[in-house]
Amino acid sequence: MGMDTSTAILLSMILPAVAVVLNLVLRHRDNLRDGLTFVIAAATFAVVLVILYNVGNQTTAPLVLFEVLPGLDLAFNVEPLGLMFALLASGLWIVTHIYAIGYMRTNKEDNHARFFACFSFAIFSVMGIAFAANMFTLFLFYEALTLSTYPLVAHKGTPEAIKGARTYLGVLISTSIGLQLVAIIWTFGLTGTLDFTQGGILQDHIAGPMAAILLALYAFGIGKAALMPFHRWLPAAMVAPTPVSALLHAVAVVKAGVFTMLKIGIYIFGIDFLATTGASVWLMWLAAFSIVAASVIAMTKDNLKARLAYSTISQLSYVTLGMALATSMGIVGGGLHVVMHAMGKITLFMCAGSIYVATHKTEISDMSGLGRAMPITFGAFLIGALSIIGLPPLGGSWSKWMLMMGAVDTGQMVIIAVLLVSSLLNVAYLMPIVGKGFFIRDNAAAAPVKNLETSPLVWGPPAITALGCLVLFFFAGYIEAFLMPLGASN
Amino acid sequence: MATEQLHHTALTLVDHLPILEVLVPFVAAPLIVVLGSRKLAWPIAFVASAISFVIACLLLLQVLDGSYISYHIGGWAPPLGIEYRVDAANAFVLFLVSGISTVILPYARASLEAEIPRRSTTLLYALYLLCLTGLLGVVITGDAFNVFVFLEISSLSTYVLIAQGSHRDKRALTAAYDYLVMGTIGATFFVIGIGFLYMATGTLNMADMAERIAVQSDSRTIRAAFAFIVVGVGLKVAIYPLHLWLPNAYTFAPSAITAFLAGTATKVAIYVLLRFMFSVFQPGFVAQVPTLEVIILPFALLAMFGASLTAIFQRDLKRMLAYSSIAQIGYMLLGIAFFSQAGLMATMIQLFNHGITKAALFMGVGAFVLRAGGSFYHHLNGLGKSMPWTSAAMVIAGMSLIGIPGTAGFISKWLLVQAALDAGWWPIAILIVASSLLAVIYVWRMIETLYLTESKAELQARQAPMSMLIPLWIMALACIYFGLDSDLTLSASRTAAEGLLAGSTGME
Repeated sequence: MGMDTSTAILLSMILPAVAVVLNLVLRHRDNLRDGLTFVIAAATFAVVLVILYNVGNQTTAPLVLFEVLPGLDLAFNVEPLGLMFALLASGLWIVTHIYAIGYMRTNKEDNHARFFACFSFAIFSVMGIAFAANMFTLFLFYEALTLSTYPLVAHKGTPEAIKGARTYLGVLISTSIGLQLVAIIWTFGLTGTLDFTQGGILQDHIAGPMAAILLALYAFGIGKAALMPFHRWLPAAMVAPTPVSALLHAVAVVKAGVFTMLKIGIYIFGIDFLATTGASVWLMWLAAFSIVAASVIAMTKDNLKARLAYSTISQLSYVTLGMALATSMGIVGGGLHVVMHAMGKITLFMCAGSIYVATHKTEISDMSGLGRAMPITFGAFLIGALSIIGLPPLGGSWSKWMLMMGAVDTGQMVIIAVLLVSSLLNVAYLMPIVGKGFFIRDNAAAAPVKNLETSPLVWGPPAITALGCLVLFFFAGYIEAFLMPLGASN
Repeated sequence: MATEQLHHTALTLVDHLPILEVLVPFVAAPLIVVLGSRKLAWPIAFVASAISFVIACLLLLQVLDGSYISYHIGGWAPPLGIEYRVDAANAFVLFLVSGISTVILPYARASLEAEIPRRSTTLLYALYLLCLTGLLGVVITGDAFNVFVFLEISSLSTYVLIAQGSHRDKRALTAAYDYLVMGTIGATFFVIGIGFLYMATGTLNMADMAERIAVQSDSRTIRAAFAFIVVGVGLKVAIYPLHLWLPNAYTFAPSAITAFLAGTATKVAIYVLLRFMFSVFQPGFVAQVPTLEVIILPFALLAMFGASLTAIFQRDLKRMLAYSSIAQIGYMLLGIAFFSQAGLMATMIQLFNHGITKAALFMGVGAFVLRAGGSFYHHLNGLGKSMPWTSAAMVIAGMSLIGIPGTAGFISKWLLVQAALDAGWWPIAILIVASSLLAVIYVWRMIETLYLTESKAELQARQAPMSMLIPLWIMALACIYFGLDSDLTLSASRTAAEGLLAGSTGME
């Protein structure tokens, strides 16, 4: 196709923005509105594919829109990690949009237009984050993502939803303004630039414990990465309708967090700089703690979405851990885990939504025997769960493998142990759900099992992403090769 | 004649722009009264304000390079004659004041019609123009006593404008009276300070004063003058403990008037404070006296936290915004306290950005008052649905108030934090971001009330009229525009800060 990359980058943001406007203008015409949004979602994905076709895993020169403050441009470029994130988010947007139509209609939720408009706005922000050429641009879209997802969390308008949305906004805004912004301004003061540069911009500008403090401001300031103790917002966000939890709180928002974390590690600090100064050693231990602690908490949750949320907190710290290991293996493993976990977790959430639409059940203890009534949903759930646990032949096995290799490279035996323990914990909190569903019979449901699956719009998408987990196992090599430039030392 | 010709080497209209800036609204005000026509009052006011705005733009363009224009009234050369002196610092403020006034006037029409009886509107527009004249005059003049005169013109008309709110709520009268008492005390302090300065220097021209103060040894008279002027102007600025007049005045004044005053009056007072501190007393003198660290800095911090906390607990949106204004003034004072070019730049840009942000917010409040009958939170329930355009504009302006990236408020916060880091004041930088978080809380209360509550079915508010929505959106979009393209505001405030810090040497 003859589209140049700059146009494609802009289009990938303009298209979701158009979807926002369309949803607001056509708020009373449900079918037209949802149909057009679908077309736009597909077009956005196509545009990102064009970028992939044009650029591959090269890094392009920044496309500067304008200068906001001297030295601070609103600028975009393409680099492997961002392109991968854009592909992931725009691709899953299509699937989730279909699912959301099914969910919102079958479940008779209100305010569809506002919901889909905010949803599209969130995708617009994600595209901006993915293609940001400097930390300033990234921060701008990072905040836009927080604000656009707030109405989605508060969607139901119940006191519970409002309370959850408050926690959501409170944690995300106060960490980003209170810590991340300070870190960004500090970085800018030290170096006079915020451009993402291979090898980092901070060496020769900061040393010793100050580097660790700056990293701490970033690591905690990126609240979306849900590093403990700033993880409370994620369980709070579970009051949102499930399509939001699926795409935004398993993929777009949380992945934007760990994506920013990787960007900081690779392009602001530089992995060599982190490795030589040891500034990230504390972060490695904290991430390891987060991985285990969140898994343990997940085991105690009976609410399915809450359990999945804590599982996400744990899995996000894998990516942070990958960055904190400061080896090329760790970075690439972290990047790979972004994809693998996204595919697995979105499947699990869509299954949770499918169960809710069919039975209005949210507690795991109520789900005994449901597997027979909803075979496709529970089948997809099983595949997603196995991928999260990291068993072959599913995608999740590769990223965990690479992270372990990274830990071996640094000689951190304890970290390897942590990763193993965590996989066992994953088994412990995910498999009982499937087991209950398929093998335990509900006394009340002694009657012949009838099929409870609802609309194909609801059970189809998780089936597709479950298949995606399988496909990713065989294509992991390509993604790894694609991400390899990230680990190159400069 | 011959000597006069020397002063007036060129007599084109362009050379008279500085005086026309003030003269146009000044002449238009009595014209409205003399004509006495209800129909003509608004068009005259609008045209006069628009002309002032155009002139302010032309003046700003002339001085953006760091030069200044000196205009001698009646051809009398200073220091004997009155001089109008336009440089980047005050041209920027003129631009803000006349710009806000011009955008608010079309808005004011529908709002005032609903809030005050028709018979009063004619006089009200005349007073509005007088107030504008006073504010512009304070900013443009280079003569210390002239500052006092214009300050009184604007203050006296402001008292009456606030009292007009009594048609809706009688408490406007006591609010105006409070402000009258405190404003008069402030003006008295100010004029006593100028008296001392006159005693010490024998001149009233500000540039001339500066030169004479610079060569004098530090005297008690000058110190006393400084103290009186800082306190006097401080009352007008509403520096934290001197702010008591502000919440009531803003709450009970007619909505359009509040929007106008919030965007302009305190900003002009800040400018006067800057002008006297840096151009009359000189940076060297300011560095000697411990005013910055003992008075300005602690009270700025107190304002940032005290007023923000108070704002959180208000039940009336208008009053909440009033307290937020006091907190935001704290940021401007903080920039002064850094005593650096970066700090003054942050002050100037915050002055501008907060002016447009607050004007937009109070305009939105006016629309709510018009359609929902009040600005208490219980009036606002569910208005996000019935008044979507007004509510959306309020959200945008609210983001700017917090300082979310992409809005004007972010630019000023960024510069302020950067100035704090430049000065090596770590804890202050943290305090700045911490107080922004308080703004998140009070802005979010507004947003939750607008969008996440149900309105009472019988009170379905209608959309605000276009004449209000368009000005409101102009201001809201300005909040975004100046947050993305800070070229103009940045270069103006940088030149202004350089000029101010250079003291009188910058004025030569």
